[in-house]
Amino acid sequence: MSYVLTCPNCGTREVTDFAFGGEVTERPTERPTPRELNTYVYFRRNVAGRQREWWCHRSGCRSWFLAERDTRTQEVFWTALPGDAPPADEVTS
Amino acid sequence: MRLAQQPGERIDRSRRIKFSFDGRSVEAHPGDTIASALLAGEQRVLSRSFKYHRPRGELCFSGRCAHSMMDVDGWPGARACSELVREGLRVQHINAWPSLRFDVMRATDLFGGPFTPPGFYYKTFIRPRRLWPVYEKVLRNAAGLARLRPAQDEREWRTEYRRRHCDVLVIGGGVAGLQAAIAAARSGADVVLADEDLEPGGRLLVEGAHEEARDLVRTAREAGVEVLEGAAALGFFDGLVPVWQGSTLHQVRAARHIAATGTVEQSLVFPDNDLPGVMLSGGARRAAALYGVAPGAAVLVAATSDSGLDDALALYRAGVRVVAVADLRDAPDSADLAQQLGAAGIELISGSTVVRAAGRGGVSEAVTARVDERGVARSGTTKRHECDVIAVGGGEVPASSLLLQAGAHATYDERSGRFVAGELPPSVHAAGSVVGHESAAAAAASGSVAGLEAALALGIGGSEVEQQLAEARERLVAAGGPGRVAVAPALATDGRRGGKAFVDLDEDVTAKDIAYAVDEGFSSIELAKRYTTVTMGPSQGRFSQLPSARLIAKATGLSLGEIGMTTARPPWVTVPLGALAGRPFEPAKRSSIHGCHRDLGATVRWAGDWRRAYDYGDPQGEALAVQQTAGLIDVSTLGKLIVAGPDAGAFLDRLYPNRLSNLAPNRIRYGVLTSEAGRITDDGTVCRLDENSFLVTTTSSGAGAVEQWFSWWLATWDMDVRLTDVTQGLAAVNLAGPKAREILSSLTDLDCSAEGFPYLHARQGTVAGVPCLAMRIGFVGEVGYELHFPAAYGEHLWGAIMEAGREHGIRPFGMEPQRILRLQKLHVIVGQDTDSESLPAAAGMPWIVKLDKEEDFIGRWALELAADRVPESKLVGFTTANGHVPTEGAVIVRDGVAAGQVTSSRYAPKLDRVIGMAWVPTDLAVDDAQVQISDAGRILEARVTTRPFYDPEGEVLRS
Ligand SMILES: [Zn+2]
Repeated sequence: MSYVLTCPNCGTREVTDFAFGGEVTERPTERPTPRELNTYVYFRRNVAGRQREWWCHRSGCRSWFLAERDTRTQEVFWTALPGDAPPADEVTS
Repeated sequence: MRLAQQPGERIDRSRRIKFSFDGRSVEAHPGDTIASALLAGEQRVLSRSFKYHRPRGELCFSGRCAHSMMDVDGWPGARACSELVREGLRVQHINAWPSLRFDVMRATDLFGGPFTPPGFYYKTFIRPRRLWPVYEKVLRNAAGLARLRPAQDEREWRTEYRRRHCDVLVIGGGVAGLQAAIAAARSGADVVLADEDLEPGGRLLVEGAHEEARDLVRTAREAGVEVLEGAAALGFFDGLVPVWQGSTLHQVRAARHIAATGTVEQSLVFPDNDLPGVMLSGGARRAAALYGVAPGAAVLVAATSDSGLDDALALYRAGVRVVAVADLRDAPDSADLAQQLGAAGIELISGSTVVRAAGRGGVSEAVTARVDERGVARSGTTKRHECDVIAVGGGEVPASSLLLQAGAHATYDERSGRFVAGELPPSVHAAGSVVGHESAAAAAASGSVAGLEAALALGIGGSEVEQQLAEARERLVAAGGPGRVAVAPALATDGRRGGKAFVDLDEDVTAKDIAYAVDEGFSSIELAKRYTTVTMGPSQGRFSQLPSARLIAKATGLSLGEIGMTTARPPWVTVPLGALAGRPFEPAKRSSIHGCHRDLGATVRWAGDWRRAYDYGDPQGEALAVQQTAGLIDVSTLGKLIVAGPDAGAFLDRLYPNRLSNLAPNRIRYGVLTSEAGRITDDGTVCRLDENSFLVTTTSSGAGAVEQWFSWWLATWDMDVRLTDVTQGLAAVNLAGPKAREILSSLTDLDCSAEGFPYLHARQGTVAGVPCLAMRIGFVGEVGYELHFPAAYGEHLWGAIMEAGREHGIRPFGMEPQRILRLQKLHVIVGQDTDSESLPAAAGMPWIVKLDKEEDFIGRWALELAADRVPESKLVGFTTANGHVPTEGAVIVRDGVAAGQVTSSRYAPKLDRVIGMAWVPTDLAVDDAQVQISDAGRILEARVTTRPFYDPEGEVLRS
């Protein structure tokens, strides 16, 4: 597996420059039930397809940013700092 | 023998250099390869073969066949025909004992032949199983190529990795590749061209067009192309192409790829076609054109296309005696070539091919004949030719490995009698002979087409480029298609018995072996490949693709198109493992005080990324000194983060289970970080520097992860906080012990009294002239001052404290004594005493979690749930009865079942007993409970304690 990501600060780099932060999850805003907590802490959607996820430019500016990537083809559709990311309608639905 | 000076030769005849071959001195010119120098000195046997130990000579003269593998200065995989001679090089043959001339393992050829068909080893040496190790040892010595030296100290691999992103990567530097690179670069693309030969130019270099080749390379460079010479593209991995260039591995990522990898000449199959002196006609021509070396005194050329005739003429013009040309076709395409051969007095034997080579230790005779459809000589057509070289041209196959790896398919074109790579994947272009554009004009035009198409696909270049593309396409059409190639017989023979006919010279696979494999049912080419190992040798079947396909076609009655080609996996060229799997670039971090530790004779060990002083030779004495007088330890490796901003306190409150926002300036609090699952991930101290800023320390190994954790939450939460990692910028030492206060006082104006500078307080001031943040914390359990200061002053401050402490008996102490001291206090080391499942309460720190905090914090919900449950086990201290120090990791057993484990254990010199920490069942986690430790087969009795072994009330610490 080998592809490139574009850090919003530094530009395009090999994926090995980055640390993967996993798919974007929503932290509960209210006290969760044990089942909800378990799901939040341990379960991931693990989609085969477009996924919104966290990346950290570990070997560069060390910023965290969001990316949307196809987990099957490694095609990266966009990357953006959290404030600039497009609304997450389809991912969080 | 050297020829007269050749127009395009690479050698510098005005100078001479020497190297040794098997201990014998050999003369060469700068620019010679080992093989060209040996051939000039009439050394024709270069190696012994893989299985039968038959003598082998040069085959390809392009650095690809296994025959030229030699041990060069300890590197066992060097190829003599591409390795340049350097003064004093030590070259040794491989796979022959005791010598290249006399190899005892030749017996496998002379006597073992009938007994060693394919699969023989698999079938014969598998029973009884227990004898396999014995068989293996013998077989390992008998077969194989070079011998790897276990201690490879004389050659140290240092591979540089380089990442290169570009618009277009052109693979192959022949005329097609060069034209493609020039066209793409002139259109505005950023282009890299990788060529695997010593010099780019491809066939132009040997076909008398060397000046044109060098002009093209110059033009390409002027157009901005980065030309990598001697650089082989190893494979195609999701668009990433590793290009190996000696000590550099370029990881090239391009938006478009152009494969201009050319073709590979194939050998012919006839009895004894492996005698030294049988070589590819293109190889013979390269030897003459590039190195001014005659491949032999008298050459017979066996051709299947016009290019073989061209090779014969070129050899003749270079000054080589060509005795005859046997052309399998009835007439050449070009009448002109036939006429030129006639004018040169070279006999052209049309419709014939070589049916046997003869000679002892090398070719002395070639037999040619017309052959029938089975490849057997027709009576009355046999001719004998005295010669010492048989130059064979068995057709070409596209060098399409990279294209196939990228997803292309190779199909057989019945009309031209060739395999062609087609159905190219998106983003990949191909140019030149790899896709059938053979002539120089066609190759050049197809290169331009590919380069311009790549540029247009990238969206660079406008109507101008489109215009150029149309013109290049016209030139390509005008250049015409490839010439006619006669399909060589799968096996040509004079019909007499005797002699092995090799299809794969690397692996010693004969025509008979292939027939045998097909008989046994391995009739698909991929199965036959695996069974016989045909095309699996060091040259990856480069020279045996077509011959093996033809033999299978003959045995099965299928067509070449139905049989297809095997896929060569990466790497495309032999590459040292060291170039791919060498030690990765791992920076070692050293504190700014490291020089002092070295001078003090410290034992240095890895601690995460850091090189740390483990002890100074006497860990117990060092630990005692801290408790009796004073000790100084370098703790620069601690992670250090400055968290600043109006929301800094609130930010920390959300990350830590305890409260930090109410910390007063110059006060310190211990903190444990937990995950959302409530598990301990790291620990350290938090010191409030002023209203808006905190200094957070982390464990040495956790610094990076904590910084990443903090910055991740900061990216998620909208808070006015700035994070600054000052781990490298600040050095830190911990001065601890009964005399620490006195020593520090002598170096600073700060009030160091117990009242003026109490425990868990911080002060900012100068120590020995250095601006310091001094923090009273007590990891080791004695009165201690942790000083953080600019790293540049590391050695100065260390030296000043050691000097001031000398009269008090101060000693430096390392990680090991620190571990003894903290164990006395039952201070946890995260990662040593805890794991990814450890909850704070179970780890003996229930007080660290403040569930009465109103705010939410990371891990809160999980910790709330955990608070309602009794944990299965708890972390406690223990002492053993008999003074034996149990191994860390030893198992706590209960009723013969594992019930916990020892995480830390030491002999504590001041207490004069063995102490430790262990996870034990919760009902046993009470003072004086007895537990059993199973350690390497013995059972130790241990007594539990939940209170620190030393200064349990912390009176010493706070004094
Ligand atoms: Zn960056």
